Amino acid sequence: MVHQVLFIIFGLICVAGAVNLLVQRHPINSALSLVVVMASLALIYLLLGAEFLAAIQVIVYAGAIMVLFVFVIMLLNAGAEERTRGSHIALFVGVPGVVVLAGTVAWLLIHSGSRLGGVTISSSNFGETHAIARLLFQNFLLPFEVTSVLILIAIMGAVVLGKREG
Amino acid sequence: MDTKTFILVAVIKIALVVFIMLTGVAYTTWLERKLVGRIQNRWGPTRVGPFGLLQPLADGIKFILKEDLLPDYVHKGLFILAPMLALVMSLISIAVIPFGETITIAGHTTALQISGITHAGGGITDINIGLLIILGVTSIGVYGVALAGWSSNSKYSLLGSLRASAQMISYELALGLSLVGILLLSGTLSLREIVFSQSGNWVLGGHDTHVPHWFIFPQIVGFFIYLLAAYAETNRIPFDMPEAETELVAGYHTEYSSMKFAMFFMAEYVNMFTVACLATLLFFGGWHGPHLGFLPPLAQSLLPVVYFAAKVFFFIFLYIWIRGTLPRFRYDQLMAFGWKFLLPLAIANIIVTSLIVAWRG
Repeated sequence: MVHQVLFIIFGLICVAGAVNLLVQRHPINSALSLVVVMASLALIYLLLGAEFLAAIQVIVYAGAIMVLFVFVIMLLNAGAEERTRGSHIALFVGVPGVVVLAGTVAWLLIHSGSRLGGVTISSSNFGETHAIARLLFQNFLLPFEVTSVLILIAIMGAVVLGKREG
Repeated sequence: MDTKTFILVAVIKIALVVFIMLTGVAYTTWLERKLVGRIQNRWGPTRVGPFGLLQPLADGIKFILKEDLLPDYVHKGLFILAPMLALVMSLISIAVIPFGETITIAGHTTALQISGITHAGGGITDINIGLLIILGVTSIGVYGVALAGWSSNSKYSLLGSLRASAQMISYELALGLSLVGILLLSGTLSLREIVFSQSGNWVLGGHDTHVPHWFIFPQIVGFFIYLLAAYAETNRIPFDMPEAETELVAGYHTEYSSMKFAMFFMAEYVNMFTVACLATLLFFGGWHGPHLGFLPPLAQSLLPVVYFAAKVFFFIFLYIWIRGTLPRFRYDQLMAFGWKFLLPLAIANIIVTSLIVAWRG
């Protein structure tokens, strides 16, 4: 019961933050809305019992990546963006498209929700630091290391491209 | 424990800890002015009360009564939000810090920690990611400083907050990595468990060495990295670039007055306490200390808290001592020191520690 109430509260905050991110005209406000989205996502992870993931979400996304976003916005002194009147394509194709998509998903969930099945959490220590470490460094060691090399390559690429400009 | 007692105990603990912490903050400012005064051959505050002991009270009243200026052309919402964010985030991190083991009052045993919960069997559970919570909350606290400078619409503030955010991001890496050695040795992220794993003495080759089993001894390199990075994280001399008076007036809080300024001030001191508590818990055995059997039982049960407070006081004293002794770094020196010296050293420390841990099985 408490879990459900908390989930609804943080879910609403998360969606409100996401909408605010799009509506705001100033980049700082948008970036801060994204922080709100990240933080409420972390709290939803916490409700699911994945406390390590929640902490990492806050430290990495809200604490490091978004601080860098805010830092760059401050450094460039970006002002409020100008509004266009919106394109006709968005109005005539986008809005009906979103309505159809949302309608389909809602219809599917209502009519065949029972057939989709649920997810069961496999072990009692799901989400604990030890369990995650075992998954990352034993079962999925190769994909994990390959991903980190991939990120390293991306960083090196950014450095090379940045140097060429200057 | 039923729900009513649980809530009552929690509220009492929170009120008590916040009260003690804020009093501690107030008297740290007094101690700092006194000690720096003595270091510089001055008296420090002497006028208000004996030895100037009522000075923090007078300062508090002054902060509350001063006019709260809101300069023109500031970004109002963020300008007001920033000091609150800084103070709240610094206060949240005390919630996970254990000050001692347990205390029994009127038949109720409770942990000396806000987030420590007594469960039905009588055992104590605390958050198993306590250390990560502190790191996460401090990393959110950076926003307070960053937004303060940006929303002030002043070049000194903006420069101060740019420096602050760059400095805090850079040193957070070294700070986080310096703690990995402790995690390898203790095998847990719960602060309570980390302290428990430091009980007893070091045993070398079957001999009791009578040296306490504190992690400072195997992790002396990690400790120095932590200490230096922590000074940078709390914006204290010699790393107080964000508020360097001679260059930036007062840095990110130039435009703030009255209680809003006081909030930044308090946040800085609470952060100092958090960092000192963390150093005590991780490297200096937390509340462990010599057992004094001749004391009465109540004093015995409060002894761990005294040990804890004494160790925290040592770090606070060190902070003030260094402030009175060292000059400020230059900004490029600060960045080079963080990235080119502390970070590689922290990584080397992790590699050596993990090799030894793996070798000893």
